[in-house]
Amino acid sequence: MNLAAMDRSPGTRLGFWLAGLTLAGVLWVAAYSHLGEFADAVIGAFGLSRRTPFGEAVHFFFYDTPKVLLLLTGIVFVIGVVQTFFSPERTRALLSGRREGLGNVLAAILGIVTPFCSCSAVPLFIGFLSAGVPLGVTFSFLISAPMVNEVALVLLFGMFGWQVAALYLGMGLLVAIVAGLVIGRLKMERYLEDWVQQILSGQMAQAVGEQLSWLERLQVGAAHVREIVGKVWPYVLAGIGLGAGIHGYVPEDFMAAFMGREVWWAVPAAVLFGVPMYTNAAGIIPIVEALIGKGAALGTVLAFMMAVIALSAPEMIILRQALRPPLIATFAVVVATGILLVGYVFNWLL
Amino acid sequence: MQSIKVLGTGCANCRATVALIEAVAREKGVAITLEKVESLPEIMRHGVLSTPGVVIDGRVVHAGGVPARSKVESWL
Repeated sequence: MNLAAMDRSPGTRLGFWLAGLTLAGVLWVAAYSHLGEFADAVIGAFGLSRRTPFGEAVHFFFYDTPKVLLLLTGIVFVIGVVQTFFSPERTRALLSGRREGLGNVLAAILGIVTPFCSCSAVPLFIGFLSAGVPLGVTFSFLISAPMVNEVALVLLFGMFGWQVAALYLGMGLLVAIVAGLVIGRLKMERYLEDWVQQILSGQMAQAVGEQLSWLERLQVGAAHVREIVGKVWPYVLAGIGLGAGIHGYVPEDFMAAFMGREVWWAVPAAVLFGVPMYTNAAGIIPIVEALIGKGAALGTVLAFMMAVIALSAPEMIILRQALRPPLIATFAVVVATGILLVGYVFNWLL
Repeated sequence: MQSIKVLGTGCANCRATVALIEAVAREKGVAITLEKVESLPEIMRHGVLSTPGVVIDGRVVHAGGVPARSKVESWL
């Protein structure tokens, strides 16, 4: 065997990948543990002080931007690799024939680790139903997949600590499970579009997932980073920039007046504002952090965030191709109500 | 001649997949017929769960995300 052929063997390439990942991991930890010093050095270099609003805003920006980007890159890579074990085909096989109840719980959990893009929502929806996954269980998956996603959890963890991330995870799963159970009980199968019903009553080809090697899984992880981080970084910068402005200039407790926990109408208002809005978790969390820093109640802000990423006008338009308006409206109302309750519970508990 | 269909409802990844297959076919000088399938009932007939999907001569060879260039090269 000559050298050139050896270089291209999958074993050698896997070795290169593992060595590269180890190096990247060491650099990552080194960078992550020096964030504060970096931000201090930047404002020092500009001759600014944290005692001025402008200096504080600049410090916020140069502390949060590398922090969020580092966390995103690390976790998106790990999740990208994990997702290769949970293809939609595999998840469907795990869910098919499950009864409601346990099926909803499983669907909501699988929603976190199964790769999901809202542009595939309809094929996935129909594919699940055609394999005998009940309507309510399918909805639990469709609600959990965008809402409890890795980007949201990472950012919450990075900015508020694991308790808030865990609470968001638990509450998000609860909304997905209960909303799916409610939709299942309402027996709304007749509100699927005719062409969907035709497909469901006939035989459909069931594509199977492919087997991947570890090398391919790592490559998928790297591609996932390029795709997600490449797409969300402008939102992250914009979000942190806005957050920095709020952080530096908006007076302390300014938000408490209308987003504090004593304001009973704040949660419904946050959900109503959030539902038609559409951005991803990366863009919204820096704003969330800044709002909370100024006295907005956590439940109100999290309800807003859930409403923005779980329900959106573009997703409704995509789903409209397969679902009749009564079913879409039920979906939106049930999920919005769930988020509303979560917002109140958070505000009441914390 | 291979008949290739890209299944997808018009998201960015679907367009990228079409462009990639065209580029690889041109590079290798392989004659193909490339068709973009956007109708949902038609997409569902092939049983893919996530788009973009790629169908060659009636068989689903890929689903979910833009395929790797090496994978496309192996098809043609």
